[in-house]
Amino acid sequence: MVELMCWEAIRRAHDEEMTNDPLVICMGEDIGVAGGTYKATNGLYDKYGPERVIDTPISENGYTGLGIGASFLGVRPIIEIMSVNFAWLAMDQLFNSAAKVRYMSGGQLTAPVVVRSAGGAAHQLGAQHSARMEKVFMGIAGLRVVTPSNPRQAYGMLKSAVRCNDPVFINEHELMYNMKGEVPDEEYFHPLEGSEVVREGRDVTLFGYNISVHWCVQAAATLSKQFGIEAEVVDLFALSPLDRAGIVASVRKTHRVVIAEEAEPVVGVGAEVMAIINEECFFELDAAPVRVSAVNAPVAYNHTLEKAAIPNAGDVVAAVRKMFGK
Amino acid sequence: MNLADKKRLLREMLFARRFEERCYEAYVERKIGGFLHLYSGEEACAHGVLEAAKKGQDYVITSYRDHVHAIKCGADPKKVMAELYAKETGSSKGRGGSMHIFDVEHHFMGGYALVGGPFPLAAGMAKAIKMKGDDDIVICFLGDAANNQGTFHESLNMAKLWDLPVLYVCENNLYGIGTRIDRSTAVIDQYKRVSGYNIPSTQEDGQDVEKVFKAAKQAVDHVRSGKGPYFLELMTYRYRGHSMSDSNAYRSKDEERMWSNRDPIIMLRDRLIEAGELTRADYKAMDTEVLDEIEDEVIAFAESSPEPRVDELQKYTLAENDPWVFGGGR
Repeated sequence: MVELMCWEAIRRAHDEEMTNDPLVICMGEDIGVAGGTYKATNGLYDKYGPERVIDTPISENGYTGLGIGASFLGVRPIIEIMSVNFAWLAMDQLFNSAAKVRYMSGGQLTAPVVVRSAGGAAHQLGAQHSARMEKVFMGIAGLRVVTPSNPRQAYGMLKSAVRCNDPVFINEHELMYNMKGEVPDEEYFHPLEGSEVVREGRDVTLFGYNISVHWCVQAAATLSKQFGIEAEVVDLFALSPLDRAGIVASVRKTHRVVIAEEAEPVVGVGAEVMAIINEECFFELDAAPVRVSAVNAPVAYNHTLEKAAIPNAGDVVAAVRKMFGK
Repeated sequence: MNLADKKRLLREMLFARRFEERCYEAYVERKIGGFLHLYSGEEACAHGVLEAAKKGQDYVITSYRDHVHAIKCGADPKKVMAELYAKETGSSKGRGGSMHIFDVEHHFMGGYALVGGPFPLAAGMAKAIKMKGDDDIVICFLGDAANNQGTFHESLNMAKLWDLPVLYVCENNLYGIGTRIDRSTAVIDQYKRVSGYNIPSTQEDGQDVEKVFKAAKQAVDHVRSGKGPYFLELMTYRYRGHSMSDSNAYRSKDEERMWSNRDPIIMLRDRLIEAGELTRADYKAMDTEVLDEIEDEVIAFAESSPEPRVDELQKYTLAENDPWVFGGGR
């Protein structure tokens, strides 16, 4: 095991996959000569050259469509969209071309592109740089959506996504690129479906994904230490398709559920998890499931307002305490 | 283009016309559903350009008005019609429909319904060809109205920036759905709009298949020689409405008459007759043969084919049993 930061893990996955297959390319704004806003492609331009490490114009729909077209003929593009807020501009090509082409061609054509993009509220970036968009992507049939919560996943997911024959959207987080964690020394391919039990527990399940997994882990420690509540933490690293079996298995064990999401609650991950629980194991519940979500408003520039809009570990603790009357 | 080529092209264009008009009938009979966009009147564009390309090798992509391009690339008309009939034997197994004909085996990379959507896809395929060092090219057919989408500008910029082997063919039929070009577009001559990207371009009569072929040959040679993209504008006209749900009330009878006097099939036919290479009786026989083929083979195949199975509704949404979904099958 080696300890890497998330950006280093993502960079290593790029490097290995580009060495492994000459048709793997990466493209995006400032990813080449400048090395990438989050350094995820740092040094690759010098190693692989401008034909394979492509600095694109600021034309999100155009270069995403270009990557999709290249993937039709066997190229495996890793497209970095600097911020999920800008991914809206590429939504036409992602939604109408990448996600639909296999179906509408009756299986003749597929678009094996990887789109990586950074979401989440960081520090006072304002309404147009703080969106959490995973809920939008996970509503698109034909597109896989994964979201890493640590460097090991960030590394292994990108490697699997490059080789997978489906289009894959990897939802990263602005605040997590410098997060450290252990990554296997040898090559590692993380699954693109499923979930991970991060902490075993018997009293309540805390579902999280990406950054909210960390709130859940923190909250579980506080709940155990201060309130004697043993929470199970489940990392929903795959948002589409969601791990129905994994969700049900944990609910059958704990009978209580809190879902933590950084996004607004409306048509979100929490809503979808609740729907699955209702459909699959409603009578296993001892309490009504609860969501810990953002306030349904654009994110403010003002630091106090921004903090108040986005949930944290304390909010997860509060939700569980309320559920248990403690 | 020799005499045999011209006669073959005449038959191919006549087949395309009769195919499209038979689609019209089938739509009225409710055998074909959804949206249906017919190519009647524009035949010389696809035929002239693709005659200059390497059939089945160069990659072709277009919009929702796509039946004729697919057939000219080598798609089996029976499978195209079966797709329109929404049958399992259709080119997209009944999942695509009129706007989404695909025949990847013959490098027909699909019809797409978002206006302007194929611009970047074409550039991307050209990028792949360039990376692999092949000498194939990509030909992207779109209408004039697509040039008002952002993808037009984004794609032309990248295609020239990286000198990608892509030929953009603008089939300028003067209308974006029901809005005439001068009411939607500041610059009427589309070939002028690409000069800002340093891409060579020409405008040609899209009703004369020989002129189209000649212009396309030059364009294809330019692209194949590695000099980067090219833009060819063809002035043409569609006889039918934008789609079958179009009242077609926005065009004058005079204008329609003017264009029907320049019918691409009649023009080529009369030229061959005048040159003494074809008789009216030959043409009549050719037409009868085409009509019979469409009725006895194409329609018969579509009619008798099975529907897709409902239990395969989700098939083709994602790849089946992809090992990398589960971490490389470990």
